[in-house]
Amino acid sequence: MFYREAGQFKTSYKADQALMPILQDRVGLLVILAVAFVVIPVFANDFFLTSIMIPFLVFSLAAIGLNVLTGFCGQLSLGTGAFMGVGAYAAYKLTSIFPDANVILMVLLSGVFSAAIGAVFGLPSLRIKGLYLAVTTLAAQFFLEWCFIRIPWLYNYNASGAIEIPHREAFGVVVSGAEATPIVRYFIVLGITALIAYLMANVLRGRIGRSWMMIRDMDIAAELMGIRPLQTKLMAFAVSSYICGVAGAMMVFFWLNAAEPSSYSISLSFQILFMVILGGLGSLSGAFMGAAFIWILPVFLKFIPGTIGINVAAETVEHITFMVVGALIIFFLIVEPHGFARLWQIAKQKLRVWPFPY
Amino acid sequence: MKSIKQIALGTAVALGVGFSGLATTVAQAEDANYVPLLTYRTGPFAASGIHIANGMHDYLKMLNERDGGIGGVKLELEECETGYNAQKGVECYEATKGKGALVYNPYSTGITLQLIPKAGVDKIPVLSMGYGLSAAADGSVFPWVFNVPDTYWDGASVVIKYIGEQEGGLDNLKGKKIGYIFLDAGYGREPIPLLEQLAEKYGFELLQYPVGVKEMQNQSSQWLNVRRDRPDYMVMWGWGAMNPTAIKEAVKIRFPMDKFIGVWWSAGDDDAAAGGEGAKGYKAMNFSGVGSDFPALDDIKKHVVDAGLSSTDASSIGGTLYNRGVLNSVIIAEGIRTAQELTGKKVITGEDMRMGLEALNLDEARLKELGLAGFAHPMKVTCEDHAGSHPVFIQEWDGKQWRQASGWIEPMTDIVRPLLEAAAAEYAEKNAPWPVRTEPCPN
Repeated sequence: MFYREAGQFKTSYKADQALMPILQDRVGLLVILAVAFVVIPVFANDFFLTSIMIPFLVFSLAAIGLNVLTGFCGQLSLGTGAFMGVGAYAAYKLTSIFPDANVILMVLLSGVFSAAIGAVFGLPSLRIKGLYLAVTTLAAQFFLEWCFIRIPWLYNYNASGAIEIPHREAFGVVVSGAEATPIVRYFIVLGITALIAYLMANVLRGRIGRSWMMIRDMDIAAELMGIRPLQTKLMAFAVSSYICGVAGAMMVFFWLNAAEPSSYSISLSFQILFMVILGGLGSLSGAFMGAAFIWILPVFLKFIPGTIGINVAAETVEHITFMVVGALIIFFLIVEPHGFARLWQIAKQKLRVWPFPY
Repeated sequence: MKSIKQIALGTAVALGVGFSGLATTVAQAEDANYVPLLTYRTGPFAASGIHIANGMHDYLKMLNERDGGIGGVKLELEECETGYNAQKGVECYEATKGKGALVYNPYSTGITLQLIPKAGVDKIPVLSMGYGLSAAADGSVFPWVFNVPDTYWDGASVVIKYIGEQEGGLDNLKGKKIGYIFLDAGYGREPIPLLEQLAEKYGFELLQYPVGVKEMQNQSSQWLNVRRDRPDYMVMWGWGAMNPTAIKEAVKIRFPMDKFIGVWWSAGDDDAAAGGEGAKGYKAMNFSGVGSDFPALDDIKKHVVDAGLSSTDASSIGGTLYNRGVLNSVIIAEGIRTAQELTGKKVITGEDMRMGLEALNLDEARLKELGLAGFAHPMKVTCEDHAGSHPVFIQEWDGKQWRQASGWIEPMTDIVRPLLEAAAAEYAEKNAPWPVRTEPCPN
C-alpha cells in the first residue's frame, strides 16, 4: 500500500531513468534532507552535533568509500584506516603550506593524494584476489601507519607526533580549529557527504559502476565482454581511496581537531569494514545505516543510563556496551546476512503489499 | 524466522524513539560544584588507570562525606570512561562540559593535546598533573592549562641529574650510553627533545627504543637490542601494560635493576611486583607520598572504602598510583577552595577555577592541615609558571614495596625553562592565531 508505484506513469526516458523513479523514495529523501539540513541544526545541542552527527557523517562517507571498493568492485580491503590517514596528513600539509587557501578546498584536494596512493596499493589486485588481496592491503595499512609515525615532515616536526589543526577561516567564518562552532562544522561535513553520496549514486548506476559490478560478479566474463580489468580495478581503488581520504581529512579537521597516528590504525579499518558488512555490501543507504549502528548505538548506550537517571559505574556501562553491540552484530548477521540494506528492502516489499500479503 | 525479523525491526524503532531523549540535556543542580573525572578502567591501560581513578574519586568523595564538600558546597562527581582513547575522551568532554564542569583531568597526553585548544574557548581549565604538553607550563601562553608539579622535561632532567650523581658528577656522563625505552605515542615522545639536548651537553649517547601501543606486551625485540647495545643506564617512559612487561624483560636479560629508572608513571606497585624477586632495586621517580601512613588516607578508608562507597580494594590504598590520584584530587580541591576565597562565591565556574588553580599555594602548613604532611613537596603555581618545576625523589622497589631512595632532587630549571618558553612560542606560532593572554593574574 505504501510503496505501490501503480499509477506513477513515466512518459519520457528521462523520468524513467531518474535516480529515484518512485515518488515515495523522492518524498522520503526530501524528508531526510529536511531533517538533516533544518531540523537537526535548529534543535540539536553541541553534544549531539559534535559527538554523534559529525562522526556519523564522517564514518558514513568512509563506509561509502570502502563500499565502492569492496561492495561494488568486490576487492576486499583492510587499508581503509591508512587511506583515511593519507587524506588527513595531506590536508594538514596542504593547509600548512598554503595557510591562506580555503580549508574546504584543501580537504577535497587531499583525497587526490590518497587516490594516488590507493591506486599504487591496488596494483596487486590484478594478480591476487579475495583474502590474499586483503593481506596486501593490510601491508598498506602497516606501511602507511609506519610513515605517519616515522616521517616527521608529515606532522611538521611536532614533538608529540600529533597533527594539530590550526585556526582557519573561509567565507568569513571560522571553519577549523577550536573556535569553529559545531554548527559550522556540521554543515561543512553534511554538505561534503551529501555531495559525494549524490555523485556516487549516479556513478554507480552508470557505465563505470556497472563495469565494477561486472568485475565483482565474474572477472573473466567481464574481461571477455570488453571490460579492462587493470583500468577498472585501479579506478575502483582510486575512487574508493579518494572518498576515504576526504573522510579522513574531515575526521581530523572538523571533528577531532588533533590526531595521532593511532587514530588511523587497523582498528579504524575494521570499524569501517564492519559498517559496510553490517549495512550491506553494495548499497549506499547501507553505508549510512551501518555507520549509524556501529557509531551511534555505543554512544547512545553509554550516555543513556545517566540521562534517564540510572546510576551505573562508568566502566560497567562500557562493558555492557561492548556486550550489547557485539551480541547485536551477531544477531543481525544471523537474521539477515546481507545487512540492513536488505532488511530495508524486505520492509519496503512488505509495505508494498500490506495489508494483503500474498 | 519471520518473527525474529519483526523483533529486529521493533528494536530499531524502539532505539530510535529512545534516542530522541539524548538530545535533551539534564538540568544541573545549582548548589553543587560539578567535577567530571575522565577515567579508564577498561582497555590495555586499565591496570594503571584503575588505581588513579580510585584515588581521584575516593579523596573527593571523602571530602563530601566528612566535610560536606568544600566550603559547605558538595561536589558532584561523574566518571566518564575514556579507555585512554582520544576520540572517546573528546566525546566525554563534549558530553560533560555543558553541565558546568570546573576542570578536566584527561590522564592521557593524547586527550590533553586535544583539549588544550578547547580550554580557552570553553573557559574550562585543564589540569594535567605531571603529564601532557610540557610547553604548557608557560602560563603566559597557556593560561588555561596547568601541569603542576612538574613537566616531563623536568622529570627527564632529574633522571639525568640522578644518573650523574651515581656516576660521581655530571661530567662523568661523557661517553656513557643511556637507553630510553618509551611508549611510542605523544606521551613517550614528549621528553625526547630535552634528552637530546642534555645528551649533547653532557656528551652521553642516547639510545631510543620505541614500543608501539600494539607491542606493549611483547617487547622482546626491544630488549634484545638493549642486550646488544649494552647501555649503562635505562630510562623508561611507560604506562599501562607496558610497565610490567618491560620490567619482566629487563629481569630476563639480567639488566642491572639499580640502573633502570622509570618515570613517575612507571612507578606502580603492580608494575614492579610483576618482575618478581628479580625486580628488586628497580627505581622510579615520584612526587606523591609512599605508603598509607597519612591521616587523610585513614579518613578515606573510614568514610569511603569501609562505608562501601567506592570500588577500591582496601589493600591498594597507599600504592604509588593510588596516592597519585589522591594528590590530583588534593590539587582540584585546593583549587576550588582558593577560587571560593578569591571570588567569595560558593558555587564557582570554570573561570573561577582557573584563578583558583593559578593562585594555588600548597605549603607545608596546609599539607599538614589536610592530614597529608610529607605527602608531597610543597607546591606553588604562578601566572608565568604553571608547572613550577618542583623537586621529585627517587624510590626503589625492595621486592615487596617501594622505599624512598633519595632526597628531593631539583630539576635543571636553568636548562628546562628556556626550552619550555621556546616550545610554547613555537606552539603558538604553529597554531596561529593563538589567543593572546587576556586573563588577569590573581596573584
